Amino acid sequence: MESKISISNLNFYYGKEQALHDITLEIPERQVVAFIGPSGCGKSTFLRTLNRMNDTIPIAKADGTVLIDGKDIYAPNTDVVALRRKVGMVFQKSNPFPKSIFENIAYGIRINRMYENKADLEQKVGKALHDAALWDEVKDRLNTSAFGLSGGQQQRLCIARALAVQPEVILMDEPASALDPIATQKIEELIVELKKQYTIVIVTHNMQQAARVSDRTAFFMLGKLVEYNATQKMFTNPDERLTEDYITGRFG
Amino acid sequence: MSNKESLHRRRKIVSSLTTTITAVCAFFAIAVLLIILSYIFVRGIASINLQFLVDTPKPVGEGGGIGNAIVGSVLMTLLACVIGLPIGIGAGVYLAEFGENLFGKTVRFLADTLIGVPSIIVGIFIYTLVVLPMGRQSGLAGGLALAIIMIPIVARTTEEMIRLVPDSMREAALALGAPQWRVTWNIVLPAASTGITTGAMLAIARISGETAPLLFTALNSRFYNYFYDQPMASLTVQIYNYATGPFDVEHKMAWAATLILITLILAINILVRFLTRKRF
Repeated sequence: MESKISISNLNFYYGKEQALHDITLEIPERQVVAFIGPSGCGKSTFLRTLNRMNDTIPIAKADGTVLIDGKDIYAPNTDVVALRRKVGMVFQKSNPFPKSIFENIAYGIRINRMYENKADLEQKVGKALHDAALWDEVKDRLNTSAFGLSGGQQQRLCIARALAVQPEVILMDEPASALDPIATQKIEELIVELKKQYTIVIVTHNMQQAARVSDRTAFFMLGKLVEYNATQKMFTNPDERLTEDYITGRFG
Repeated sequence: MSNKESLHRRRKIVSSLTTTITAVCAFFAIAVLLIILSYIFVRGIASINLQFLVDTPKPVGEGGGIGNAIVGSVLMTLLACVIGLPIGIGAGVYLAEFGENLFGKTVRFLADTLIGVPSIIVGIFIYTLVVLPMGRQSGLAGGLALAIIMIPIVARTTEEMIRLVPDSMREAALALGAPQWRVTWNIVLPAASTGITTGAMLAIARISGETAPLLFTALNSRFYNYFYDQPMASLTVQIYNYATGPFDVEHKMAWAATLILITLILAINILVRFLTRKRF
C-alpha cells in the first residue's frame, strides 16, 4: 500500500508547551485513518499540522517532517495555499459562509480559478453537491441562504465545499460531533463512499464511529502516539494495555 | 410544600419586578429622544415651505431659506465620506486582522484619543494646515475637517465588528486555499458589513451635526456654491446664525432648519440600510 502522507519525528509546540511528541505515522492512500484519544491529547493539533492550519497561530512551531506525495510540506519553499487546496478540511462545527448554497460551493472553485465558464461552474457545483449526497435536498433552493439548512445539511455542505476544489486528502475534525444519530449516519456513509477517491483522516471522540468508518486507527494520549494499527485489530486485540483500557472505557 | 410555593411566588415577583424596572428605563431612554424630536417638529414644521428649502438667506423680513446650506452640508459630508470611509474602514481592517503589534496598539490608542478630542481643535488644525496656505476658507477645508473627525470612529467600530466574525469562517476559507487578502476581502468584510454600515452611519450622523469645526474651515456663504475651493454654507452653521440672531423670524427658521437636518440624517440612514440590507 502506497503512503499518501508520511510523518516522521514530528514535534509541535505552542510557545514553550509541547503539544506533540515525536510522532511517526504513515497514512495510506485512499483509506480512512481515525485519530482517537481523550480531549486535549493533541489529535486535533496533529490533524491541523497536515494542512498547516496551525500557521494561523503565531506562537505555534513544528519540527520534524511531514511528507505528502514525497514532498515536505514544512520545507521553506512550500506554497501553503496550494497545499491547502490539495489537503481539504472539514471542521467540528459546520461553518458555511454567509452566502447562498451555490456560492458556498462556488467560492473555492472561483478563488482557485478552476472553471472555464458559467455552465462549467454550475456543473462543478452540482457535482460537489452530488458527491456530498446533498443535491436532492437543495437542488430547488441553491440561491437561498446556507444558514437555512439543518445542522446535518450544513455539515454536508461544508464537505461539498471541500470536495469542490478537488483535493486529494480530506481532514475531518470531529465532523459529526454536533449532529444527531441520523445525520451522523449520513456523514459516515458519505465517508465510506468518499474513500474510493480520497484519502481521509478523521478525528473522532466516538469510538464506534472510528470502528465503523476507518481502516486504521491511531490512539493518542498526552501528545504521544500510543498505538497505530488496523482498526479491526485495534478494537479486538490491541497491542497496548493503555489502548485497551481506553477503548473499553476502563480509564484511569 | 408551602416552602416550595412561597419560593415560587418570590421568584415570580422578582421576575416581574425586574421586567418592569428595565421597561421603565427603556421608556425613559426613548422618551427623551421623542420629546426632543416632537418639540423640534412642532416648532419647525410651520416655517417649512418650498421657498424655504430652495432660497438662499436674505436680510431679515425678506424671507430667505436654507437651500445653499443643504447643498453645502451634503457636499461636505460627501467629501468627508469619500475620504473618511475608505481610510477608516481600511484602518479598522488592519487593526482587527493584523494589528496585534506595537504599531497596531499605537494606532488604536491614538484613534481612541482622537475620538475624544473636541471637534473645534480639528477645525483649528485644518485652519492652520489648509485654510492659511489657501488664503481662504473653503468647502475643501470643511470636508477635510469632518473626515478627520470621522476616521477614528469608523476605524474603531469597523475593528470591533470584524472581531465579531468567528474565526471558524476564516479557517473555512483558508482551508479552501484562499490567500489571506481574499479571506479578508470576500469573507470577513461581507460578514461584518451590517456592523460596519452601522458604524459608518453613526459617524455620518455625528459629522452632520458638527458646527464647531466648520466655523474655521468652511465658514459660511450666502450663495449657492457647488465648488470646493470657495467658502461653503452648511445647515449647522446656518442654524447657529439663525438661532443667535435677535429676531423671532430667525429663530423660527433655525427650528425649521434643525428639522430639515434631522430629516436628512434619518433619510440617509434609511437609504443606506436599504441599499446594504443583508440578503443571506
